[in-house]
Amino acid sequence: MRSSRRDFLKFGLAATTSAALVPVPSFGQTATPRVVVVGGGFAGASCARVLRQADPRIGVTLVEANATFTACPFSNMVIGGLRELGAQQFTYERVAADGVVLARMMATSVDATARSVTLGDGTRLPYDRLVLAPGIDIRWGALPGYDEAAAARMPHAWRAGEQTTLLRRQLEAMPDGGLVVISAPANPFRCPPGPYERASLIAHYLKTKKPHSKLIVLDAKDAFSKQRLFQAAWAELYPGLLEWVPLSKGGNVTSVDASTLTLVTDFARHKAAVANVIPPQKAGRIAEAAGVADRTGWCPIDPVTFESKLQAGIHVIGDAAIAGAMPKSAFAANSQAKTCAAAVAKLLTGAAPSAPKLINTCYSLVAPDYAISIAGVYAPTGGQLADVPGSGGVSPADAPRAVRTAEAVLAEAWFRTITAEVFG
Amino acid sequence: MRRRLAAAIGLGSIAAAVVASAEPPAGAAACSGCHPATTRVSSPVPRLNGLDQAAIVRAMQEFRSGQRTGTVMDRIARGFTDDEIRAIAAWYATQR
Repeated sequence: MRSSRRDFLKFGLAATTSAALVPVPSFGQTATPRVVVVGGGFAGASCARVLRQADPRIGVTLVEANATFTACPFSNMVIGGLRELGAQQFTYERVAADGVVLARMMATSVDATARSVTLGDGTRLPYDRLVLAPGIDIRWGALPGYDEAAAARMPHAWRAGEQTTLLRRQLEAMPDGGLVVISAPANPFRCPPGPYERASLIAHYLKTKKPHSKLIVLDAKDAFSKQRLFQAAWAELYPGLLEWVPLSKGGNVTSVDASTLTLVTDFARHKAAVANVIPPQKAGRIAEAAGVADRTGWCPIDPVTFESKLQAGIHVIGDAAIAGAMPKSAFAANSQAKTCAAAVAKLLTGAAPSAPKLINTCYSLVAPDYAISIAGVYAPTGGQLADVPGSGGVSPADAPRAVRTAEAVLAEAWFRTITAEVFG
Repeated sequence: MRRRLAAAIGLGSIAAAVVASAEPPAGAAACSGCHPATTRVSSPVPRLNGLDQAAIVRAMQEFRSGQRTGTVMDRIARGFTDDEIRAIAAWYATQR
């Protein structure tokens, strides 16, 4: 059994390598349908594995430059000193064990007509179907004063890893009594409740370790995800410590000065001891290079197949996609990946993909033992993924504390389960 | 499941095609975001693979009607029809 799988793998690899040197044939002429997946996060790694499980005849290559994936969900616990970064990190051994070929490189360009992806070393990978799961890129320059050099002083920590550790170290080094400022962007952006979970867990750190400090959230919006639940929890847990300034009260940050850790709004200048700038974002760079991002910087898709509305044969899943009512979350990315994999497997054999139904569930921790959630069910409606009427919503406003504690336990269980499915 | 797939490859493409045709019905694939597909994860959320079809249908209908209290399952169950619930339950009952 073992050797037969190895032989199959070897065959798959050989086919991919030789095909790279000749003009790209269309599917039907090739023995093995080839799918290339770019990006090894919750969307891409899930999609690659599910494709192999759906039909082992499909040759799947996962293009991912990093050997280790660092998960964003629960990274706010790392920033708040409640978890170590190692608990966020996963490798691709089990993904490869499913027969997914790993290409440890950046994808630099896509030729949608010839159907091939070019990697950092110039290798061309031909595909019958391409799945892009590049996550987000920071829109450098969209906020005046905020460039890559500024991010070393005012971390965004919106892609987990060194930035996460940097923000935590800055909080740990800050004297008691310091001012922490978070700047939250306008919609859309990765993880809609994320800035507010982060504010909560930084407030928890300040309350327990540096109680004379203060936290201000400067927001480019007047409303945010799970708002009533967050604000009720803040009033209960962090009174006088955490202040949220909405757009209408002058919350919109118009520029930053990294040399003095200053955030400028139309009404005031806030000089911070620690500044966390969550900047405007767009789909990961390869989306633009492939021509699947529109003028918003995100990628319009078909809600049944996740195929790009701009380029045939290219599918976009996860945070990079414009997925209608679905938020940019890890759960949504994983749910989309499975739907897309099923559709791609069918399209490769000439079958019609069936109408999907997708789910999202997102927990936010307001304190280590206090969580709130939002859930949704989605179906294609009028060319978009829309909420199924009557479904979904947030945790009840009047729930007893025991429910918040139970949701904190469920949040951690969710993280263990989804990371085991994607990487384990 | 994985071992069965590997065996299917060894036996040839007809067997592989049979395995591949067991496509999850609409909505079913999303459940494993919270309900562990593997036995290696410890979670208070029950594993659905191999559960009795009628038991899954009953639980979903009770969550949907509010007869059974859930944290998120009440909100999710309201997004599914009886037919969809039956199809999802039938599929999970056959999964190992």
